[in-house]
Amino acid sequence: MAELDTSSGGGKKGKKVRSKKANTKVDLTAMVDLAFLLITFFMLTTSLSKPIAMDIAKPDKDDNSVERNELRASETMTILLGKNNKVAWYMGEAGKSEPSIESFREIRKSILDNKKKVADATGGRQIIMVIKPTTGANYQNFVDIMDELAITKISTAPAIDDENITDAEKDFMVKAGIL
Amino acid sequence: MAKAKVSRKSTSIDMTAMCDVSFLLLTFFILTATARQPDPLDISTPSSTYKIKVPDTDIAILSIGKGQVFYEIVGKDIKMATLDKMGEKYSVKFTPEERERFGVLGAFGVPIQNLKQFIMMDGDQRTKSGLQTGIPADSTNNQLAEWIMQTRNSTAELHATQTRFSIKGDSKEEYPAVKKVIDILQKQKVNKFSLITSAEGDAQ
Repeated sequence: MAELDTSSGGGKKGKKVRSKKANTKVDLTAMVDLAFLLITFFMLTTSLSKPIAMDIAKPDKDDNSVERNELRASETMTILLGKNNKVAWYMGEAGKSEPSIESFREIRKSILDNKKKVADATGGRQIIMVIKPTTGANYQNFVDIMDELAITKISTAPAIDDENITDAEKDFMVKAGIL
Repeated sequence: MAKAKVSRKSTSIDMTAMCDVSFLLLTFFILTATARQPDPLDISTPSSTYKIKVPDTDIAILSIGKGQVFYEIVGKDIKMATLDKMGEKYSVKFTPEERERFGVLGAFGVPIQNLKQFIMMDGDQRTKSGLQTGIPADSTNNQLAEWIMQTRNSTAELHATQTRFSIKGDSKEEYPAVKKVIDILQKQKVNKFSLITSAEGDAQ
């Protein structure tokens, strides 16, 4: 026990044989240790187990009241999500520039390059991203690409468009074997 | 000269008060920690670098995995109010006991016709029964859309706010299955929703 013997025992030469009083103190150190360990555990699990949310806004489908802004083709980067964790991306209008096929590892560099190119060419304007998940893509790909946009600090809201995938885009993706 | 005697003091501290406090705190944390309901669908969420936590109130979670959709409403009062509305809509009568049990139910994925039977089972039977086939979401029998609608109505009535919808998809789930759910939400003009992801270490 952690308690020191402070009584000057042994020196008494009493005549009476006293019945020894048992010490009623219990050492609580271990109990307190355990309690604090459990407290720490519950504190951390209650706040840390909360899942993380990624907010997504999609354009309203039937809202025609607002005038739709035309996107400048030269400042637009379109990313098509295909199967086998591949993406195809191109700048500008569909069909005019040859898309390139990349994996999710390489896309970040391309996004950053294009972001810089657009900013340099237009005097600091933000690049516009269009994300087109196709039927081949899985949910992980979609989350990954949104995450890439967050990592590369694209501040304009990306357009998520899973309706208007053009035939030219489809043809290219089929040819490349990612649709 | 008499030497000053150094009185020997006990080095033990009285731990009783500390013990009391720590157990009080412990009790508090145990009680406030919400018991996690077992997830009926085996879902591994994709990871992301986002750091925004999901709010606790006024949300509904749509779990998507293996082509099935499971639905979870957060908040007992909203859950019970939604159940009432759904019962009315599909002419299923729920007893007060069933309402109470539904109020503490986690995610579920049964058609409304089987819900009565499903509510009265206990946890083990629920997973075994094979009743959990996902909530029907096709165009002829779109119960999911109805659940979403009624949840929004209940939240608006009881809490005067909008329900936030979160999508919790399995990372291997095909995008069209997710799109189907998103389309149902968008049909009701819910254009903003959150995707639930798990935390990821800093990107390399």
